[in-house]
Amino acid sequence: MTDKTPSPTSRRTFLKGGLAAGGALAAAPALAAGDPAILELQPWANQLGEGVDVKPYGTPSPYEAHVRRRNVPWLTADPVSSINFTPLHELDGVITPNGLCFERHHSGVAEVDPAKYRLMINGLVERELVFTMQDLKRFPRENRAYFLECAANSGMEWRGAQLNGCQFTHGMIHNVIYTGIPLKTILEEAGLKTNAKWIMPEGADAAAMTRSVPIEKALDDCLVAFAMNGEALRPEQGYPVRLVVPGWEGNMWVKWLRRIEVGDMPWHHREETSKYTDLMANGKARRFTWEMDAKSVITNPSPQAPILHGKGKTIITGVAWSGRGSIKEVHVTTDGGRNWRQARIDGPSWDKSMHRFYYEFDWDGSPLLLQSRAVDSTGYVQPTKNELRAVRGENSIYHNNGIQTWHVTANGEAENVEVS
Amino acid sequence: MSRFLNLAALTVVAGLAGPAMAEPTGLGRPATPDEVAAWDIDVRPDGVGLPEGSGSVADGEPIFSERCASCHGDFGEAVDRWPVLAGGRDTLTSARPVKTIGSYWPYLSTVWDYVHRAMPFGDAQSLTADETYSVTAYLLYLNDMVDEDFELSRDNFSEVVMPNAGGFYPDDRMETAVWKNRTPCMTDCKSEVKITARAQVVDVTPDDPTSKRSAAAPAADEAAPAKEETTEVAAAPAVDPALVKDGEKVFKKCKACHAVGDKAKHKIGPHLNGIFGRTAGAAEGFKKYSKDMKQAGDDGLVWDEETLATFLAKPRSMIKRTKMAFAGLKKEDDLTAVIAYLKAMAK
Repeated sequence: MTDKTPSPTSRRTFLKGGLAAGGALAAAPALAAGDPAILELQPWANQLGEGVDVKPYGTPSPYEAHVRRRNVPWLTADPVSSINFTPLHELDGVITPNGLCFERHHSGVAEVDPAKYRLMINGLVERELVFTMQDLKRFPRENRAYFLECAANSGMEWRGAQLNGCQFTHGMIHNVIYTGIPLKTILEEAGLKTNAKWIMPEGADAAAMTRSVPIEKALDDCLVAFAMNGEALRPEQGYPVRLVVPGWEGNMWVKWLRRIEVGDMPWHHREETSKYTDLMANGKARRFTWEMDAKSVITNPSPQAPILHGKGKTIITGVAWSGRGSIKEVHVTTDGGRNWRQARIDGPSWDKSMHRFYYEFDWDGSPLLLQSRAVDSTGYVQPTKNELRAVRGENSIYHNNGIQTWHVTANGEAENVEVS
Repeated sequence: MSRFLNLAALTVVAGLAGPAMAEPTGLGRPATPDEVAAWDIDVRPDGVGLPEGSGSVADGEPIFSERCASCHGDFGEAVDRWPVLAGGRDTLTSARPVKTIGSYWPYLSTVWDYVHRAMPFGDAQSLTADETYSVTAYLLYLNDMVDEDFELSRDNFSEVVMPNAGGFYPDDRMETAVWKNRTPCMTDCKSEVKITARAQVVDVTPDDPTSKRSAAAPAADEAAPAKEETTEVAAAPAVDPALVKDGEKVFKKCKACHAVGDKAKHKIGPHLNGIFGRTAGAAEGFKKYSKDMKQAGDDGLVWDEETLATFLAKPRSMIKRTKMAFAGLKKEDDLTAVIAYLKAMAK
């Protein structure tokens, strides 16, 4: 208690010191030498700011206006059925702020009225049931951090380095803490029949998104989530309810979840046949490639975030994740993969959640070929792009987890390149 | 001592019972058969879920050209970057595979299910069962899989085998991965490193000066989001803000093809800025008008509240072969609202 309250004496001493300094400045401004940011009275130090009634819901500083999701217009026919990208190069830590989580919709953002929200469970169950929001919030719930990565993340890079910025090459990912009910709880409420082998979540939007999910996964770690990072889901993330399918491709995390059907075989719907199947060089395609392989990327420096401070103390940082578990090690190279060093993982290391790594070094100002390589808890080592292409060809679109290279020039600029 | 053990045992039991409640809690309520029928629209490869009905190639052609062709092209060849639906056979091993219904999709049920649940884009779940059979039959015809006199029904549905039905196999990444359980090399891993590809050469990154950090910190004015001039709906006395708001909702039906307001560009249809007082078929820079629409403009049709209301109520009864794939606004209120919205936005 006492040590938190400054003593009257110390406060008075402090005020006196401040006044003395101000007086000196006013008396002899021409003599002051140093940083104008210190020597000049800044408007925020002099004038009153906004009151507590101005922004009932806070927003970032106007100086952070460049930190935003961006899209690539040529990728799709229309922004209503398209994707934008998380600005990974502007973020630190492991949690993505809600307003920066990338968006992917097939018929735009559905605006669902929570009062009219219903979740139906039907099919191979003892009791076909309907739940309201209020019903759902009476089930015991859990809090879990998971990454959500679109299977097409880095998909534009299969044929070679294409987009200049980790926002565009790796930004189809976000990592938030979900609050939700284990799907298992809800399925058991309905009572699974013995021949229940698959479930089919379905969205309430105009795309009525559907995917087939095997019952083992449904009963393992899936959540019926209604909150992200402590607040209600954002509309673009499925408000009021979305499915969370940890470690598996983002398309399966059905948003605006309205129905879960239980069946005895997969449905083979559009998003698991015509899309989200991985075409190989021989013309055959892998299907049901649900898990996201271990992957990492250096977010700083990167093409949108060059080194601005010149040589000397430099921090390389980035993110790593695996759909099969946690990240055990991240290696960083500055010479294009000739020699690697252990990076330092800092922050929470949770299963199927994003990890943050740092590599601190003294930059001598010479050009760098930066790469990072993740090793996950199953022993999987992130492959190079060429190793991936040797197995997959170049037509897969999905599941490109190859090692990314940034070429940093002597002036600190970075470019997306590939190396031998 | 024994009491402590009992408590420990109870804790274990409670821990197990927590997330995995075997006994129903009674939360929720039973779904009625009608409710299940209303939402249970999915169809499986074995035909489960298909409703009674039928439709022929001949029935499908006019529906396709009215409801689908504005994005997918008259022959399924696609407009702009919308999905190509036909052709592409023998391209799956090429450098640019064309994945269409005929060249790639393994099951016909997927076509029926998807068209019925999600198409036409912006007017989902509006096709009847018979119309969906018809469009599906027409798509088979466009892919040279059936003759022009073909009729598809629930009875013959499972007889159709898709050309690429055998083209898929289950995920085998874990069996074939060459990078599992290897010890990653840490030193002297290769002798030389050359740059083999560069994004700057490809040059397809969106041009956005704010996307990149630079040494000169942006001035506050630059960094702050530009204060957009708000449309002064309230200032114009003739406009009812509530009506404009309703109109904005109605406009969702139009948004897939038309943009209006600040920075609006042509999409599948022309942008609607300046629509009032504009001659029909004459939006600058828009090249995809039907002949009939251009003719109407040449004959003197100018868009105003009245002509727009007539057109939007039933487009094809006014401009016979308009490319606008929209049946029309049936409700008078919707018409009034959307026109009010356009007036507010289309300055």
